[in-house]
Amino acid sequence: MVEAEAIELLLHKVVSRYGYDFSDYARASLHRRIDLFYTKTKQPSFTLMQERLMQDPVFFMNFVEQITVNVTEMFRDAGFYKMLREHVLPVLATYPFIRIWHAGCSTGEEVFSLAILLKEANLLHKSILYATDINQAVLAKAKTGIFHVATMRQNSENYIRSGGKEDFSVYYHANHNNAKFDSALSEKMIFSTHNLVADASFNEFQLILCRNVLIYFNRELQGKVLQLFDRSLDSLGFLALGSKESLKFSPIAGYYKQVVYNEKVWRKNK
Amino acid sequence: MAQEQINKAGLIIIGGSSGSLEVLMKVLPALKKDFAIPLIIIMHRNTVADSALTELFASRTSLNVKEADEKDALQAGYIYIAPPDYHLLTEADRTLSLDVSERVHYCRPSIDVSFMSAAVAYKNELVAILLSGANADGAAGIKTIKEAGGYTIVQEPGEAGVSYMPEQALLTNAVDRVMKGDELAEWLNNLK
Repeated sequence: MVEAEAIELLLHKVVSRYGYDFSDYARASLHRRIDLFYTKTKQPSFTLMQERLMQDPVFFMNFVEQITVNVTEMFRDAGFYKMLREHVLPVLATYPFIRIWHAGCSTGEEVFSLAILLKEANLLHKSILYATDINQAVLAKAKTGIFHVATMRQNSENYIRSGGKEDFSVYYHANHNNAKFDSALSEKMIFSTHNLVADASFNEFQLILCRNVLIYFNRELQGKVLQLFDRSLDSLGFLALGSKESLKFSPIAGYYKQVVYNEKVWRKNK
Repeated sequence: MAQEQINKAGLIIIGGSSGSLEVLMKVLPALKKDFAIPLIIIMHRNTVADSALTELFASRTSLNVKEADEKDALQAGYIYIAPPDYHLLTEADRTLSLDVSERVHYCRPSIDVSFMSAAVAYKNELVAILLSGANADGAAGIKTIKEAGGYTIVQEPGEAGVSYMPEQALLTNAVDRVMKGDELAEWLNNLK
Protein backbone atom coordinates (compact mmCIF):
# COMPACT_ATOMS: atom_id res chain seq x y z
CA MET A 1 0.00 0.00 0.00
CA VAL A 2 1.12 3.50 -0.84
CA GLU A 3 1.93 5.68 2.17
CA ALA A 4 -0.71 8.22 3.12
CA GLU A 5 1.86 11.03 3.01
CA ALA A 6 2.74 10.30 -0.62
CA ILE A 7 -0.92 10.41 -1.57
CA GLU A 8 -1.49 13.69 0.25
CA LEU A 9 1.49 15.20 -1.55
CA LEU A 10 0.09 14.04 -4.89
CA LEU A 11 -3.32 15.55 -4.14
CA HIS A 12 -1.62 18.82 -3.27
CA LYS A 13 0.16 18.85 -6.63
CA VAL A 14 -3.07 18.00 -8.42
CA VAL A 15 -4.80 21.12 -7.06
CA SER A 16 -2.02 23.43 -8.17
CA ARG A 17 -1.66 21.84 -11.61
CA TYR A 18 -5.31 21.14 -12.53
CA GLY A 19 -7.53 22.86 -9.95
CA TYR A 20 -9.26 19.63 -8.95
CA ASP A 21 -9.39 19.76 -5.18
CA PHE A 22 -9.85 16.45 -3.38
CA SER A 23 -8.70 17.74 0.01
CA ASP A 24 -12.20 17.55 1.51
CA TYR A 25 -12.90 14.03 0.30
CA ALA A 26 -13.19 11.28 2.93
CA ARG A 27 -9.76 9.70 3.03
CA ALA A 28 -10.21 5.93 3.39
CA SER A 29 -12.14 5.51 0.15
CA LEU A 30 -10.01 8.03 -1.80
CA HIS A 31 -6.73 6.42 -0.71
CA ARG A 32 -8.05 3.00 -1.64
CA ARG A 33 -9.06 4.22 -5.11
CA ILE A 34 -5.71 5.90 -5.72
CA ASP A 35 -4.00 2.70 -4.61
CA LEU A 36 -6.15 0.71 -7.07
CA PHE A 37 -5.38 3.16 -9.90
CA TYR A 38 -1.67 2.86 -9.17
CA THR A 39 -1.86 -0.93 -9.26
CA LYS A 40 -4.14 -1.12 -12.28
CA THR A 41 -2.14 1.26 -14.49
CA LYS A 42 1.08 -0.64 -13.61
CA GLN A 43 3.22 2.45 -13.10
CA PRO A 44 6.88 1.67 -12.36
CA SER A 45 6.74 3.72 -9.17
CA PHE A 46 4.39 6.07 -7.38
CA THR A 47 6.76 8.96 -8.02
CA LEU A 48 6.83 8.26 -11.76
CA MET A 49 3.05 7.99 -11.79
CA GLN A 50 2.90 11.37 -10.10
CA GLU A 51 5.20 12.88 -12.72
CA ARG A 52 3.12 11.44 -15.53
CA LEU A 53 -0.06 12.80 -13.95
CA MET A 54 1.49 16.26 -13.89
CA GLN A 55 2.57 16.09 -17.54
CA ASP A 56 -0.21 14.17 -19.22
CA PRO A 57 -3.73 15.70 -18.97
CA VAL A 58 -5.33 12.67 -20.66
CA PHE A 59 -3.77 10.36 -18.10
CA PHE A 60 -4.92 12.76 -15.41
CA MET A 61 -8.55 12.74 -16.62
CA ASN A 62 -8.39 8.96 -16.52
CA PHE A 63 -7.13 9.27 -12.94
CA VAL A 64 -10.08 11.49 -11.97
CA GLU A 65 -12.46 9.01 -13.54
CA GLN A 66 -10.91 6.06 -11.71
CA ILE A 67 -10.56 7.58 -8.25
CA THR A 68 -14.13 8.84 -8.12
CA VAL A 69 -16.78 6.16 -7.80
CA ASN A 70 -18.97 5.70 -10.86
CA VAL A 71 -20.94 2.61 -9.93
CA THR A 72 -24.64 3.12 -10.56
CA GLU A 73 -27.69 1.26 -11.76
CA MET A 74 -31.20 2.03 -13.03
CA PHE A 75 -33.85 2.53 -10.36
CA ARG A 76 -31.26 2.00 -7.64
CA ASP A 77 -33.24 1.55 -4.38
CA ALA A 78 -36.57 0.88 -6.09
CA GLY A 79 -38.50 2.06 -3.02
CA PHE A 80 -37.00 5.50 -3.47
CA TYR A 81 -38.38 5.75 -7.02
CA LYS A 82 -41.75 4.48 -5.87
CA MET A 83 -41.82 7.28 -3.32
CA LEU A 84 -40.92 9.81 -6.04
CA ARG A 85 -43.85 8.57 -8.13
CA GLU A 86 -46.28 8.77 -5.24
CA HIS A 87 -45.21 11.84 -3.29
CA VAL A 88 -43.02 14.10 -5.41
CA LEU A 89 -44.19 13.90 -9.03
CA PRO A 90 -47.82 14.81 -8.15
CA VAL A 91 -46.50 18.05 -6.63
CA LEU A 92 -44.16 18.74 -9.56
CA ALA A 93 -47.14 18.24 -11.86
CA THR A 94 -48.66 21.48 -10.56
CA TYR A 95 -45.76 23.51 -12.01
CA PRO A 96 -45.98 24.84 -15.58
CA PHE A 97 -42.36 23.89 -16.15
CA ILE A 98 -40.16 21.48 -14.20
CA ARG A 99 -36.41 21.94 -13.84
CA ILE A 100 -34.46 19.05 -12.34
CA TRP A 101 -30.77 18.83 -11.47
CA HIS A 102 -29.15 15.45 -11.16
CA ALA A 103 -25.79 16.20 -9.51
CA GLY A 104 -23.12 13.49 -9.74
CA CYS A 105 -25.09 11.57 -12.37
CA SER A 106 -22.18 9.31 -13.38
CA THR A 107 -23.02 7.20 -16.45
CA GLY A 108 -26.64 8.36 -16.40
CA GLU A 109 -28.63 5.27 -15.36
CA GLU A 110 -30.55 7.18 -12.71
CA VAL A 111 -31.22 10.10 -15.07
CA PHE A 112 -32.87 7.74 -17.55
CA SER A 113 -34.78 6.14 -14.66
CA LEU A 114 -36.16 9.53 -13.69
CA ALA A 115 -37.03 10.38 -17.31
CA ILE A 116 -39.05 7.15 -17.48
CA LEU A 117 -40.90 8.15 -14.31
CA LEU A 118 -41.65 11.59 -15.75
CA LYS A 119 -42.82 10.12 -19.02
CA GLU A 120 -45.18 7.74 -17.25
CA ALA A 121 -46.57 10.62 -15.19
CA ASN A 122 -47.03 12.55 -18.45
CA LEU A 123 -44.62 15.25 -17.24
CA LEU A 124 -41.58 14.70 -19.42
CA HIS A 125 -42.77 17.11 -22.12
CA LYS A 126 -42.64 20.02 -19.65
CA SER A 127 -39.48 18.93 -17.83
CA ILE A 128 -35.81 19.54 -18.33
CA LEU A 129 -33.15 17.39 -16.68
CA TYR A 130 -29.72 18.90 -16.06
CA ALA A 131 -27.33 16.04 -15.42
CA THR A 132 -23.86 16.92 -14.19
CA ASP A 133 -20.73 15.13 -13.07
CA ILE A 134 -17.08 15.95 -12.41
CA ASN A 135 -16.03 13.45 -15.13
CA GLN A 136 -16.26 14.16 -18.83
CA ALA A 137 -15.84 10.50 -19.69
CA VAL A 138 -18.86 9.26 -17.75
CA LEU A 139 -20.98 12.09 -19.15
CA ALA A 140 -20.02 11.11 -22.69
CA LYS A 141 -21.27 7.63 -21.92
CA ALA A 142 -24.44 8.93 -20.26
CA LYS A 143 -25.23 11.00 -23.37
CA THR A 144 -25.31 7.95 -25.60
CA GLY A 145 -28.19 6.42 -23.64
CA ILE A 146 -26.60 3.04 -24.27
CA PHE A 147 -26.23 0.58 -21.43
CA HIS A 148 -25.08 -2.99 -21.30
CA VAL A 149 -27.86 -5.38 -22.19
CA ALA A 150 -26.79 -7.76 -19.42
CA THR A 151 -28.01 -5.28 -16.81
CA MET A 152 -31.51 -5.11 -18.28
CA ARG A 153 -32.96 -7.99 -16.31
CA GLN A 154 -31.99 -6.39 -13.02
CA ASN A 155 -33.13 -2.98 -14.30
CA SER A 156 -36.48 -4.42 -15.28
CA GLU A 157 -36.93 -5.97 -11.81
CA ASN A 158 -36.03 -2.66 -10.16
CA TYR A 159 -38.42 -0.84 -12.49
CA ILE A 160 -41.31 -3.11 -11.54
CA ARG A 161 -40.52 -2.73 -7.83
CA SER A 162 -40.55 1.04 -8.35
CA GLY A 163 -44.18 0.78 -9.44
CA GLY A 164 -43.56 0.53 -13.19
CA LYS A 165 -46.45 -0.95 -15.15
CA GLU A 166 -45.00 -1.28 -18.66
CA ASP A 167 -42.94 -4.03 -20.17
CA PHE A 168 -39.53 -2.44 -19.48
CA SER A 169 -38.24 -3.40 -22.94
CA VAL A 170 -40.50 -0.78 -24.59
CA TYR A 171 -37.92 1.81 -23.47
CA TYR A 172 -34.92 0.43 -25.34
CA HIS A 173 -33.76 -1.38 -28.44
CA ALA A 174 -31.37 -4.23 -27.83
CA ASN A 175 -28.57 -4.75 -30.33
CA HIS A 176 -25.85 -7.31 -29.55
CA ASN A 177 -24.55 -6.25 -26.12
CA ASN A 178 -26.14 -2.83 -26.16
CA ALA A 179 -29.50 -1.56 -25.01
CA LYS A 180 -30.09 1.86 -26.54
CA PHE A 181 -32.74 3.88 -24.76
CA ASP A 182 -35.46 5.75 -26.61
CA SER A 183 -34.24 9.17 -27.73
CA ALA A 184 -37.59 10.63 -26.60
CA LEU A 185 -36.21 10.15 -23.07
CA SER A 186 -32.86 11.84 -23.67
CA GLU A 187 -34.29 14.78 -25.63
CA LYS A 188 -35.00 16.53 -22.35
CA MET A 189 -31.55 15.96 -20.85
CA ILE A 190 -28.67 18.40 -20.76
CA PHE A 191 -25.33 16.89 -19.76
CA SER A 192 -22.54 19.10 -18.48
CA THR A 193 -19.46 18.90 -16.28
CA HIS A 194 -19.88 20.47 -12.88
CA ASN A 195 -17.56 20.12 -9.91
CA LEU A 196 -19.49 20.33 -6.65
CA VAL A 197 -16.31 21.35 -4.84
CA ALA A 198 -15.65 24.44 -6.92
CA ASP A 199 -18.53 25.36 -9.25
CA ALA A 200 -21.45 27.65 -8.47
CA SER A 201 -25.20 27.40 -8.70
CA PHE A 202 -26.43 27.72 -12.30
CA ASN A 203 -30.22 27.73 -12.16
CA GLU A 204 -33.22 27.32 -9.87
CA PHE A 205 -34.74 23.86 -9.66
CA GLN A 206 -37.86 22.18 -8.38
CA LEU A 207 -36.01 18.93 -7.70
CA ILE A 208 -32.33 18.23 -7.06
CA LEU A 209 -31.05 14.66 -6.82
CA CYS A 210 -27.59 13.90 -5.50
CA ARG A 211 -27.41 10.27 -4.43
CA ASN A 212 -24.34 8.57 -3.00
CA VAL A 213 -22.05 11.51 -3.66
CA LEU A 214 -21.97 13.24 -0.26
CA ILE A 215 -20.73 10.03 1.40
CA TYR A 216 -17.34 10.70 -0.24
CA PHE A 217 -17.01 14.16 1.33
CA ASN A 218 -16.02 15.31 4.80
CA ARG A 219 -18.60 17.04 6.97
CA GLU A 220 -17.46 20.52 6.00
CA LEU A 221 -17.71 19.90 2.26
CA GLN A 222 -21.04 18.14 2.73
CA GLY A 223 -22.33 21.32 4.38
CA LYS A 224 -20.99 23.51 1.58
CA VAL A 225 -22.55 21.36 -1.13
CA LEU A 226 -25.89 21.24 0.67
CA GLN A 227 -25.81 25.04 0.88
CA LEU A 228 -25.16 25.12 -2.87
CA PHE A 229 -28.23 22.94 -3.39
CA ASP A 230 -30.21 25.16 -1.05
CA ARG A 231 -29.30 28.21 -3.16
CA SER A 232 -30.28 26.29 -6.30
CA LEU A 233 -33.70 25.15 -5.10
CA ASP A 234 -37.04 26.81 -5.59
CA SER A 235 -38.64 27.93 -2.29
CA LEU A 236 -40.73 24.75 -2.15
CA GLY A 237 -38.29 22.52 -4.00
CA PHE A 238 -37.33 18.91 -3.25
CA LEU A 239 -33.90 17.55 -2.40
CA ALA A 240 -33.18 13.81 -2.79
CA LEU A 241 -30.14 12.05 -1.31
CA GLY A 242 -28.77 8.49 -1.16
CA SER A 243 -30.08 5.86 1.24
CA LYS A 244 -27.27 6.43 3.77
CA GLU A 245 -27.16 10.22 3.45
CA SER A 246 -29.01 12.80 5.49
CA LEU A 247 -29.54 16.51 6.13
CA LYS A 248 -29.00 15.86 9.83
CA PHE A 249 -26.00 17.85 11.15
CA SER A 250 -26.09 20.09 8.05
CA PRO A 251 -26.44 23.88 8.16
CA ILE A 252 -29.65 23.76 6.08
CA ALA A 253 -31.49 21.08 8.12
CA GLY A 254 -33.75 23.63 9.82
CA TYR A 255 -35.42 24.71 6.57
CA TYR A 256 -36.24 21.26 5.28
CA LYS A 257 -38.84 18.64 6.12
CA GLN A 258 -38.56 14.99 5.23
CA VAL A 259 -41.40 14.12 2.83
CA VAL A 260 -41.90 10.51 3.92
CA TYR A 261 -40.51 8.96 7.10
CA ASN A 262 -37.30 7.03 6.37
CA GLU A 263 -37.19 8.00 2.68
CA LYS A 264 -34.42 10.31 1.63
CA VAL A 265 -36.35 13.23 0.16
CA TRP A 266 -36.74 16.57 1.86
CA ARG A 267 -38.87 19.56 0.91
CA LYS A 268 -37.65 23.09 1.36
CA ASN A 269 -39.82 25.33 3.46
CA LYS A 270 -38.55 28.90 3.60
CA MET B 1 -4.22 -17.41 25.58
CA ALA B 2 -2.36 -14.93 23.53
CA GLN B 3 -3.94 -11.71 24.73
CA GLU B 4 -0.52 -10.67 26.01
CA GLN B 5 0.51 -10.16 22.39
CA ILE B 6 -2.11 -7.47 22.11
CA ASN B 7 -1.01 -4.31 23.78
CA LYS B 8 -4.34 -2.57 23.74
CA ALA B 9 -7.26 -3.53 21.53
CA GLY B 10 -8.92 -0.43 20.09
CA LEU B 11 -11.26 -2.14 17.65
CA ILE B 12 -12.59 -5.63 16.98
CA ILE B 13 -13.64 -6.34 13.40
CA ILE B 14 -15.48 -9.53 12.47
CA GLY B 15 -16.15 -10.78 8.95
CA GLY B 16 -18.31 -13.67 7.95
CA SER B 17 -20.38 -15.20 5.21
CA SER B 18 -22.54 -18.31 5.03
CA GLY B 19 -22.45 -20.26 8.27
CA SER B 20 -21.29 -17.30 10.34
CA LEU B 21 -24.66 -16.07 11.56
CA GLU B 22 -24.98 -19.04 13.93
CA VAL B 23 -21.58 -18.23 15.43
CA LEU B 24 -22.41 -14.58 15.98
CA MET B 25 -25.75 -15.46 17.52
CA LYS B 26 -23.80 -17.31 20.21
CA VAL B 27 -20.91 -14.86 20.59
CA LEU B 28 -22.83 -11.60 20.87
CA PRO B 29 -25.16 -12.61 23.74
CA ALA B 30 -22.13 -13.90 25.67
CA LEU B 31 -20.19 -10.63 25.56
CA LYS B 32 -20.06 -8.96 28.95
CA LYS B 33 -22.32 -5.96 29.55
CA ASP B 34 -19.43 -3.53 29.96
CA PHE B 35 -17.50 -4.81 26.93
CA ALA B 36 -15.43 -1.73 26.27
CA ILE B 37 -14.07 -2.17 22.75
CA PRO B 38 -16.03 -1.03 19.69
CA LEU B 39 -16.92 -3.88 17.37
CA ILE B 40 -17.63 -3.90 13.63
CA ILE B 41 -19.40 -6.76 11.88
CA ILE B 42 -19.22 -7.29 8.12
CA MET B 43 -21.66 -9.94 6.98
CA HIS B 44 -22.35 -11.00 3.43
CA ARG B 45 -26.06 -11.01 2.73
CA ASN B 46 -28.25 -12.71 0.21
CA THR B 47 -30.73 -9.91 -0.26
CA VAL B 48 -29.51 -6.50 -1.25
CA ALA B 49 -31.53 -4.28 1.05
CA ASP B 50 -31.81 -6.41 4.15
CA SER B 51 -31.46 -4.27 7.25
CA ALA B 52 -33.02 -6.92 9.48
CA LEU B 53 -29.61 -8.15 10.62
CA THR B 54 -29.16 -5.12 12.87
CA GLU B 55 -32.47 -5.78 14.62
CA LEU B 56 -31.71 -9.45 14.94
CA PHE B 57 -28.37 -8.81 16.68
CA ALA B 58 -29.84 -6.01 18.81
CA SER B 59 -32.34 -8.47 20.23
CA ARG B 60 -29.53 -10.72 21.48
CA THR B 61 -27.20 -8.37 23.32
CA SER B 62 -27.32 -5.57 25.84
CA LEU B 63 -24.65 -3.69 23.88
CA ASN B 64 -25.84 -1.01 21.45
CA VAL B 65 -26.20 -2.40 17.93
CA LYS B 66 -26.48 0.02 15.05
CA GLU B 67 -26.32 -0.11 11.29
CA ALA B 68 -23.19 1.89 10.54
CA ASP B 69 -23.62 5.42 9.22
CA GLU B 70 -20.93 7.49 7.59
CA LYS B 71 -19.11 9.77 10.08
CA ASP B 72 -20.10 7.59 13.06
CA ALA B 73 -17.35 7.90 15.67
CA LEU B 74 -16.35 4.41 16.85
CA GLN B 75 -17.39 4.13 20.48
CA ALA B 76 -17.05 1.57 23.23
CA GLY B 77 -20.26 -0.28 23.96
CA TYR B 78 -21.34 -0.24 20.33
CA ILE B 79 -21.58 -2.91 17.67
CA TYR B 80 -21.63 -1.50 14.13
CA ILE B 81 -23.17 -3.53 11.33
CA ALA B 82 -22.06 -2.84 7.74
CA PRO B 83 -25.18 -1.67 5.84
CA PRO B 84 -26.40 -3.68 2.86
CA ASP B 85 -24.96 -2.71 -0.54
CA TYR B 86 -22.23 -0.40 0.83
CA HIS B 87 -18.58 -1.00 1.64
CA LEU B 88 -17.77 0.10 5.18
CA LEU B 89 -14.42 1.79 5.78
CA THR B 90 -12.63 3.10 8.85
CA GLU B 91 -10.98 6.53 8.68
CA ALA B 92 -7.69 7.47 10.36
CA ASP B 93 -9.65 9.67 12.79
CA ARG B 94 -11.56 6.54 13.85
CA THR B 95 -14.84 7.44 12.28
CA LEU B 96 -16.65 5.31 9.72
CA SER B 97 -17.31 6.01 6.07
CA LEU B 98 -19.26 4.33 3.29
CA ASP B 99 -18.52 3.66 -0.34
CA VAL B 100 -20.61 2.19 -3.17
CA SER B 101 -17.71 1.31 -5.43
CA GLU B 102 -17.42 -1.98 -7.33
CA ARG B 103 -18.12 -5.25 -5.55
CA VAL B 104 -15.07 -7.13 -4.30
CA HIS B 105 -15.29 -10.94 -4.52
CA TYR B 106 -18.84 -10.31 -5.78
CA CYS B 107 -19.63 -8.70 -2.45
CA ARG B 108 -20.67 -5.31 -1.14
CA PRO B 109 -20.04 -4.98 1.74
CA SER B 110 -16.70 -6.68 1.24
CA ILE B 111 -14.74 -7.96 4.22
CA ASP B 112 -11.40 -7.22 2.49
CA VAL B 113 -12.32 -3.55 1.99
CA SER B 114 -13.30 -3.13 5.65
CA PHE B 115 -10.35 -5.12 7.01
CA MET B 116 -7.80 -3.19 4.93
CA SER B 117 -9.00 0.27 5.90
CA ALA B 118 -9.29 -0.72 9.59
CA ALA B 119 -5.71 -2.04 9.40
CA VAL B 120 -4.49 1.39 8.33
CA ALA B 121 -6.52 3.21 10.98
CA TYR B 122 -5.86 0.94 13.98
CA LYS B 123 -2.56 -0.80 13.17
CA ASN B 124 -1.49 -2.88 16.20
CA GLU B 125 -4.67 -2.03 18.10
CA LEU B 126 -6.82 -4.04 15.72
CA VAL B 127 -8.18 -7.52 16.35
CA ALA B 128 -9.77 -9.23 13.34
CA ILE B 129 -11.85 -12.38 13.31
CA LEU B 130 -12.82 -14.21 10.13
CA LEU B 131 -15.62 -16.75 10.38
CA SER B 132 -17.28 -19.34 8.19
CA GLY B 133 -17.95 -18.68 4.49
CA ALA B 134 -17.84 -19.99 0.94
CA ASN B 135 -15.90 -17.05 -0.48
CA ALA B 136 -12.26 -15.88 -0.50
CA ASP B 137 -13.22 -12.43 0.77
CA GLY B 138 -11.31 -11.55 3.95
CA ALA B 139 -8.09 -13.44 3.28
CA ALA B 140 -6.26 -10.49 1.72
CA GLY B 141 -7.61 -8.30 4.51
CA ILE B 142 -6.22 -10.68 7.15
CA LYS B 143 -2.82 -10.43 5.50
CA THR B 144 -2.93 -6.61 5.47
CA ILE B 145 -3.97 -6.51 9.13
CA LYS B 146 -1.12 -8.81 10.14
CA GLU B 147 1.39 -6.71 8.19
CA ALA B 148 0.12 -3.59 9.93
CA GLY B 149 0.71 -5.17 13.34
CA GLY B 150 -2.84 -6.27 14.14
CA TYR B 151 -3.93 -9.59 15.64
CA THR B 152 -5.74 -12.10 13.42
CA ILE B 153 -8.06 -14.96 14.29
CA VAL B 154 -9.97 -17.38 12.08
CA GLN B 155 -12.66 -19.85 12.96
CA GLU B 156 -11.41 -23.43 12.94
CA PRO B 157 -12.28 -24.64 9.43
CA GLY B 158 -13.25 -28.10 10.71
CA GLU B 159 -16.11 -26.73 12.76
CA ALA B 160 -17.08 -23.83 10.48
CA GLY B 161 -20.38 -24.24 8.63
CA VAL B 162 -18.43 -23.63 5.42
CA SER B 163 -14.67 -24.06 5.76
CA TYR B 164 -13.52 -22.28 2.58
CA MET B 165 -13.27 -18.74 3.94
CA PRO B 166 -11.14 -19.52 7.01
CA GLU B 167 -9.04 -21.93 4.91
CA GLN B 168 -8.27 -19.22 2.37
CA ALA B 169 -7.17 -16.94 5.19
CA LEU B 170 -4.92 -19.65 6.65
CA LEU B 171 -3.17 -19.98 3.28
CA THR B 172 -1.83 -16.43 3.71
CA ASN B 173 0.23 -17.55 6.75
CA ALA B 174 -0.93 -14.38 8.46
CA VAL B 175 -3.24 -15.92 11.06
CA ASP B 176 -2.23 -15.62 14.71
CA ARG B 177 -4.78 -17.97 16.12
CA VAL B 178 -7.40 -20.53 15.10
CA MET B 179 -10.37 -20.72 17.43
CA LYS B 180 -13.65 -22.53 17.83
CA GLY B 181 -16.79 -20.42 17.72
CA ASP B 182 -17.52 -21.37 21.33
CA GLU B 183 -14.20 -19.98 22.55
CA LEU B 184 -14.56 -16.56 20.99
CA ALA B 185 -16.80 -14.79 23.49
CA GLU B 186 -14.69 -15.68 26.52
CA TRP B 187 -11.51 -14.73 24.71
CA LEU B 188 -12.99 -11.37 23.73
CA ASN B 189 -14.28 -10.76 27.26
CA ASN B 190 -10.73 -11.15 28.56
CA LEU B 191 -9.24 -8.63 26.12
CA LYS B 192 -7.82 -5.45 27.54
